[in-house]
This record gives sequence, structure tokens and C-alpha cells, in this order.
Amino acid sequence: MSLVLDVRNLRLAVKTDEGRAQILDRVELALPRGRILGLVGESGCGKSTLVRAVLGILPKNAVIESGEILFEGEDLLRLSERELARRVRGSRIGFIPQDPYLALNPVFKIGAQLLPVMRWHAPAPADGPRSGAALLRAHRSRLVEILRRVQIPEPEAVLERYPHQFSGGQRQRLMIAGALACSPRLIIADEPTTALDVTTQLQILKLLKSLATEFDVSMLFVTHDFGVVAQLCDEITVMYAGQTVESGPTATVLGSPQHPYTEALLACHPDRARELAGIPGAVPSPLDPPPGCRFWPRCPHAIEYCRRRPARFSEGRRGQLVNCRLADPLPDAAA
Amino acid sequence: MLRFILRRALLAIPSLFGLLVLTFFLIRVVPADPAAALAGENATPAQVAEIRRQYGLDRPLHEQFVVYLGQVARFEFGESAYSRRPVALDIKQRLPATLELTVSALLLATLLGIPLGTIAAVYHNRWPDTLLRVLSVAGVAIAAFWFAIELQLLFAMDLGWFPLRGRMSSGLAAPPAVTGFLLLDSLIAGRLDAFRDALHHLVLPAVTLSLGGIATIARFTRAGVLETLQKDFVLYERAQGFPSRALIWRFVLKNSVVAAITQIGLLFGALIAGAVVVETIFDWPGIGFYTVQAILTADYKVMLAVTLLIGVIYAAVNILVDLVHGLIDPRLREQL
Repeated sequence: MSLVLDVRNLRLAVKTDEGRAQILDRVELALPRGRILGLVGESGCGKSTLVRAVLGILPKNAVIESGEILFEGEDLLRLSERELARRVRGSRIGFIPQDPYLALNPVFKIGAQLLPVMRWHAPAPADGPRSGAALLRAHRSRLVEILRRVQIPEPEAVLERYPHQFSGGQRQRLMIAGALACSPRLIIADEPTTALDVTTQLQILKLLKSLATEFDVSMLFVTHDFGVVAQLCDEITVMYAGQTVESGPTATVLGSPQHPYTEALLACHPDRARELAGIPGAVPSPLDPPPGCRFWPRCPHAIEYCRRRPARFSEGRRGQLVNCRLADPLPDAAA
Repeated sequence: MLRFILRRALLAIPSLFGLLVLTFFLIRVVPADPAAALAGENATPAQVAEIRRQYGLDRPLHEQFVVYLGQVARFEFGESAYSRRPVALDIKQRLPATLELTVSALLLATLLGIPLGTIAAVYHNRWPDTLLRVLSVAGVAIAAFWFAIELQLLFAMDLGWFPLRGRMSSGLAAPPAVTGFLLLDSLIAGRLDAFRDALHHLVLPAVTLSLGGIATIARFTRAGVLETLQKDFVLYERAQGFPSRALIWRFVLKNSVVAAITQIGLLFGALIAGAVVVETIFDWPGIGFYTVQAILTADYKVMLAVTLLIGVIYAAVNILVDLVHGLIDPRLREQL
């Protein structure tokens, strides 16, 4: 199966005043074409940093130390800023941000924000309209069509309105339309429903699911909510403290988690737990991460070897990938 | 919007009244006797007393104030003791020169200050930013009179690139007065020679006057752009693939200039005050120059009228600034 997005062995650090913070440590992620992959983890585990690394919009003090980010077979880390802006960001990869209240520029009309994106990414086609006005009309009608598709009422009039004239759910629909505008191959959604209330959340999730099929687009869906993943995603990748800990089909990972962290996190979910349980200990600081597996200080199955074991995936019992000694094919290495 | 303008204009009236009270009494507290100044150096005490009676200066101060208020309400500002002409006429002739100078300086300050501030923010903590910070401190700190004289020495005396003083060369006939702005009047009359000459004369005074304004506007723009660059929508726009230059000038700047535009309104007052010095040095026939003469001759009617006029202009400019804010930010527009 061909992969739309394939992140391999990604290590990323951020230089801070207190020293170097290892934010991502040997991250692995594989998104098959046409699938929706849920990237799950607690706040601060590096999900958003991973997204920004894929889009090439990292903060200035971030350094990628090693690894590859293959998008449709091309390593994005080898592209220049110019190439990324020209033919990846916004065109082949659409982005849906976390907070639709803050992501729209308050002093520009919706049309003035979304149409320039289409204009920038879509130079005059050889057979289509060439003149500026005709091209603008073509973009307009496409955008209006997409707005209608994401269930925005009066899409023509919407282009002339300002962001503050929309509700949160409507704004998130606008962001979805913006992500789809240039016919991307991949959509990255960074917790797109977190800022919305529960009923709106459900509508947006259903919309995303049907649009992914209709527009034939793969999706990387970042969330901290297993419930959302269960409803929406085909695949799941779990992150903990900058490391990927488990990855596989949603039903497998949620049904029989193999990594102790996934297990513990699922046990914390209020829908599953009989009584509210927590995970003892705290997430380690990226400034001074524990060596080896980052979960060992909190892990009930930790042994001395876990402090030395470098992060790597091996196949678990049910076919998912697990980053834990318990799943290692060579049990004698634990000695 | 009309209601907004009316409401703001009404709100300005108490401030203007306060200004009137303050200037009226301040001028009288100053130990200069307008009657003595009017009577001239060789007048006898009897003549001074006669003038004092004739102008009502012997009556109690509060009575004089009531009389004065009545005159202002009828737009009567009296006669200048110095020029012996109605103050209103003098101001009408001289105000355009000052406005031409201050508006040019403000335009210069805005057109240079906003891009400079933006560049500094984009190169935050790198050399263009550091250079601009040093220059903007200098721009505020340098005394206008010193800077003006340096400019005159270098560009007028040594290099001869610009005229030393005045608004127009003496050999040249002025275009017929329509607006009173020489640049506009020359264009209306189709006199390119007059336009070039007037522009030539305007450069040094306008540059001197704009110096502090450039620095202030650049500083506020820099702060505004730095703040906007932290916003989520900038990250979103980058994720949409906009090249960073288009992003800054097209989407970031419009969000960032609100504070700078407030400063432009406040600056206008400072510029008119600064015009007093600049006009004196460059022999510019505006109200600044006129006011200095009035102060030297204790010509209190001129002083009062000019202060009130500056107050009115200042209030009007600040109403305009609020309207511009509404033009920029649709959320503010709804409050208008």
C-alpha cells in the first residue's frame, strides 16, 4: 500500500534559554493513501510540533537533527522554503487549525483571505481562462461550490463577510473549505474540534469523514481524544513525550493495546474506566528526558534494560507496531 | 458614521472650553503687560492707562473672560496689536503655510516610519532592527533647532542643493491662491516651475519636522508587527503557503498599524507645536512664526486665537483617526 505521508526516525530539538529540549525522538508515522490517521497523545507530547515540522513552519529555534518526512515519496526536509511555499503548503497539503476563532485574520473578508490562496497556488491553466478576471471568477465559483459542500449557508454572501460575523462551528467549516480549496492530497487537522462544543464537534467530524471520501484526500487528524479517533480514524498512532509508542489499525490498537502507555491512557478514559484512574508520576521534561524509553519511570513493567533501549518499532501480537521491549522479537536482549 | 462624528464633535466642546479657560488665565498671569506693549516704548503711564481702559483691560479678569467668550462665540478674535489687522484674517493667510508644512512632515513620517518599523520587526534582534532602534532614539532625542541648522549648513550653505529659507524664491510670482497650499495652487494653475520651486523650499523644513514623527511611528509599527507575528492567523496563513514577504505586507501590516495610527493623531499636535521652531528657523510664513512674534509682543489676542485653532485642529484630527481605525478594523466599525 502506498504511503501519502511517511515520517521516518525524526529527531527534533528546540534551543531554549535553559538548554536544548529534545521535543521529538525517533518519531515514526505512516499514513496510507486514502486513510484517516489519528495522532493521539497528551498535551505537550509533540503532536503539534510534528505537524509544524511536516508543514515546514517550525519556530526559528527548532532544529531537525535527523530523519525524513516523505510526502508522496519526496523528502520535504530537502526542499527549500520557496519550494515548500510554492508547491506543498496550502496546495498539496491542506491545513485545518486548532482554533477557528484565532486562525482567521480579523481585518480581512473571508473572500479576501481564501481567494488569494487559490490564486497563489493555481497559476493560469493551459486550457482554462488566462485573464486575471476570468481566473478570479473561476476560483470564486470553485470556492462557492466548496463552501456549499461544507454546508455554509449563502456561500456567495459569505465571501463578503468578516470572520467575527460567524459562529465557531461555521468558522471551522470555513477552515475546512480553505483546506480543500486547492485540491490537496493530504489534509492535516490539528485538533480541529477541541475549541468547539460537543454537538458541533460531532457535526464537524461527520463532515470531515464524508469529505475525505468525496474529495479522495488522506487525512492526518491530531487529537487527544480517543473517542474522536474511534469515530473517525482508520489508523492510529499514539505519542508519549516526543516518542511514538504504538501504531496500527484503530480497532486493533483500541481493542488490545500492547504498549503499557496506551493501555494506561485508555484506562484513564472516562467512558472505559469504572473508576477514574490516573497514571502515576508525571510526563518528563523534554529538557532532561530519561534515557531509553521515555515511559519507563512510570511504567509498571519497567526493567533495567528499558533505560538503555533505544526507541524502535517492532511488530506486536496483533500486527500493530509497538515501541516497547515487551514486543521485541528478541526477548533475550532484555537480559 | 455621521452620528459618530457629531457625538465626538460635541464631546470635544468641553475640552476646547477648558483649553480656552486655561490659556486665557495663563496669559494674564504672565508678567507682561499687553497695554504697555500696545502703547509702545516711549508711552507715558497716562497713555498706558488710557489704552488699558480703551481695551477693557482694567476690568476684573472674570468680566473680561465673559466678554471674550461672547466674541469667540461670534467668531470675533479681535485685532492683532502687532500687525494691526484682524487676527482671523492673519490666521487665514498664514494657516495654509503651516498646514502644508505639517501635513508634508506627517506624510513623510508615515511613509518612512511604517516601512522602517515593519522591516525592524521582520529582522527582530538582527542588525537592521538594532540600527533602527538606535536611530529612533536619536530621532526623538535630537533637538529640532539644532538639526535644522545642521541641515541648513550642509544642504543649503555648503552644497547649495536646497534654498536656505522661505516658501518660494523671491523672483517667482506666486500662483493665484485657491487652497493656500502652494503645491496644490501651482498644480491648479499649471505652473510646474512654481511647483518645483515650492517643493524645493519645502524639503528641509519638512524633513526637520518629520524627524521625531518617523521615529515614533516606526517604533509603534515595529511593536505592532511583532505582536501580530505571534498571532495564530499568521501561522495559519504560513500554512497556506503564502511567501513570507506577501504575508507581511499584505496580511500582517494591516493588523499592526492601529497603534501607530493613534500616534499619528497625537503627533499632529506635536508637529504644529514643532512648527513654531521650524518656521522661525526657516523663515516660513506660517502661524508658528506668527505666534512667536505675538508672544514676543504680548499680543494676547493672537495667542488665544492660535491656541484655540490648534485645539480645534487637534480634536478634528483625532476624530479622523478614529474613523481610520474603523476603516481598518471591521469590529471597530460596528461601534461607530
